[in-house]
Amino acid sequence: MADTVSGPHVRTILDARGYRAALEWIARRAESFVIPLTALIVGMMLFSLFILAVGRSPVQLYETMWRGGFGSWFSIQNSLSRGAPLLLAALCVALPARLGLVVIGGEGAIVLGGVAAAAIAVALNGAPSFLVILLMGVGGVAAGGIWIGAVGALRHYRAVNETISSLLMAYIAIALMNHLVEGPLRDPASLNKPSTQPLADIYRVGNIPGMEVHSGLVVGILACVLSWLLIEKTRWGFAARIAGGNVRAAQVQGLAVGSLIVGFTALAGGFAGLAGMLEVAAVQGSANGSLAAGYGYTGILVAFLARHNPLAIIPVAILLGGIDASGGLIQRRMDLPDATVLVLQGMLFIVILFSETFYGRFKLFNPDLWQRSDLLKGTA
Amino acid sequence: MDATDIGLWGVPLAMLGGAIRVSTPFIFVSLGEAITERSGRINLGLEGTLVFGAMSAYAVAVMTGSPWPGLLAAAVAGLCFGLFHGWICKFPKVNDIAIGIAMMLFGTGLGFFFGKPFIQPSAPDLPAIPFGAWSDIPQVQAALNVNVLFLIGAALAVFLWWAFRNTRVGLIVRVVGDSADAARAMGLNPNTVRLLATGAGGALAGIGGAYLSLYYPGSWTERISSGQGLMAVALVIFARWNPLGCFAAALLFGGAGALGPALQSVGVTQGYYLFYAAPYILTLIIMIATSSPSRTLAGAPGELSITK
Repeated sequence: MADTVSGPHVRTILDARGYRAALEWIARRAESFVIPLTALIVGMMLFSLFILAVGRSPVQLYETMWRGGFGSWFSIQNSLSRGAPLLLAALCVALPARLGLVVIGGEGAIVLGGVAAAAIAVALNGAPSFLVILLMGVGGVAAGGIWIGAVGALRHYRAVNETISSLLMAYIAIALMNHLVEGPLRDPASLNKPSTQPLADIYRVGNIPGMEVHSGLVVGILACVLSWLLIEKTRWGFAARIAGGNVRAAQVQGLAVGSLIVGFTALAGGFAGLAGMLEVAAVQGSANGSLAAGYGYTGILVAFLARHNPLAIIPVAILLGGIDASGGLIQRRMDLPDATVLVLQGMLFIVILFSETFYGRFKLFNPDLWQRSDLLKGTA
Repeated sequence: MDATDIGLWGVPLAMLGGAIRVSTPFIFVSLGEAITERSGRINLGLEGTLVFGAMSAYAVAVMTGSPWPGLLAAAVAGLCFGLFHGWICKFPKVNDIAIGIAMMLFGTGLGFFFGKPFIQPSAPDLPAIPFGAWSDIPQVQAALNVNVLFLIGAALAVFLWWAFRNTRVGLIVRVVGDSADAARAMGLNPNTVRLLATGAGGALAGIGGAYLSLYYPGSWTERISSGQGLMAVALVIFARWNPLGCFAAALLFGGAGALGPALQSVGVTQGYYLFYAAPYILTLIIMIATSSPSRTLAGAPGELSITK
């Protein structure tokens, strides 16, 4: 008898609790979607104003950008191809960021990874293709890993600022590449554009079956997923987050902060080196000046836009790849300089960083601050 | 003996001349960065400011036919970039280093965007004073042809060194840089001081850019800057935030940068690209040698995020 009275009552309370729990769950996660998305839209609106100010139509620009980046199967494949190295370049920023490090010299690891891969392919010419491609990958990862790992080691053991040292190392890497490509490793047949000897066709990395996109995209996505698992699901990732929050606390807990820093930076550099290897093996066919195409720098923007979350890097890298890919079309159709894309990227970057200030400011995203009245309003 | 054939003596001479020529943008950018960092902020965006300053100086010089309005335009553009950086960094949780990276991208992009039509025309150069006129060896004359901006930069370094120690403004900047709390207790607003310090730093970086496009190399191209804006940041740390040290370090960097071209001029072409990396390697070695994990750097402003 009592059941008939209390039953529905209990159920409404449970329903309300479940409803509230769901709302809280959504609210806590919504912040990291809503704020970056809003920032992205605001950044694009500011860029519209800029385009208006130079006397062009923002509508036409975004239309062209859409057409050049995602409007057709051809342009989508183009965007995906450009997004592939960005995935790996962004990981080079996002992984050290978990430890509170700002590494911006991924370009150097890309360049050296590419040169190492090309040198291996030339040296092992004639060996079975799977072995050579595997060793090219290992060489690329090793070159990039050593390069950025050194930045981490300098940071931990000598307290050298990693932002500046990684950038200096990028300039040194590019000079080293120029030296090798114009000197010891130069193919005498490359006259106008000094390059290493072209890879034999069997050592080239092919396309994804059914697409005009090289397999590097799959490698990049895989790397992002693995990095996410590493950070979120393993004790190393957990330790890295603690060390990134407070080094002293991590040391008191007995965490090997030095190994964490060197390990994460080396892994990050290894991914960037792999991007360089893929550029050589899948796109260029030899190591040359085109390796320093700025993927390392766009990767910084991708990582910050994704808030250093490896899974979020995947869509952001493809979006940025699309914006990159549309640069040529914007230049031809609208008679705007090719730097237009650079201006847009700079604006987006600034707005995204500015949006950091809004985290934790909105009661909407923080259920702990919800009043009873809000809840009633919510359930009503 | 032929006076123009001075053999290997050409190398140190070319390096001296190169040091004077190449160091000027370093002097201005590093002095600007020193002001900003003394106030407790770091502006990594000076690389972008340098590029935009170079472009605006060149564009205005082409349009007006005189280099001086161009110099002014570069300073004003740099001031705007600096003020923007200073303003946006006052908001909580906005990271000054990351904003600097973004401003680097933005400034470079804007410079390239508006600079496109100015790649072809040629602008009037900033004047130089021929201190080498007494000699009839052309290499000596070339080495001692000193631009006015170099002299202004040298004077500015001495002035800033004096001003940081002896003036009210210098003291205010240093207090804000060492302890924002102490500054607030004195009734100062750290954000305002940093805003102005970053603005001043940006203006000086803009002038450094003007030197690049209006004197050496003396034309506007998209490869005008090769990281001078960033190396200047490392250079300020090496100089221990001392303006006189900045001047000396800039000369050293200029000399290192001139090593490759100097060797090439006497016929050494082997490893040219490696010599090109000399300033970066030098910067890195200096940073490794002067940093230490166990103590903060002597003379470092207490509020600076980069030394923490």
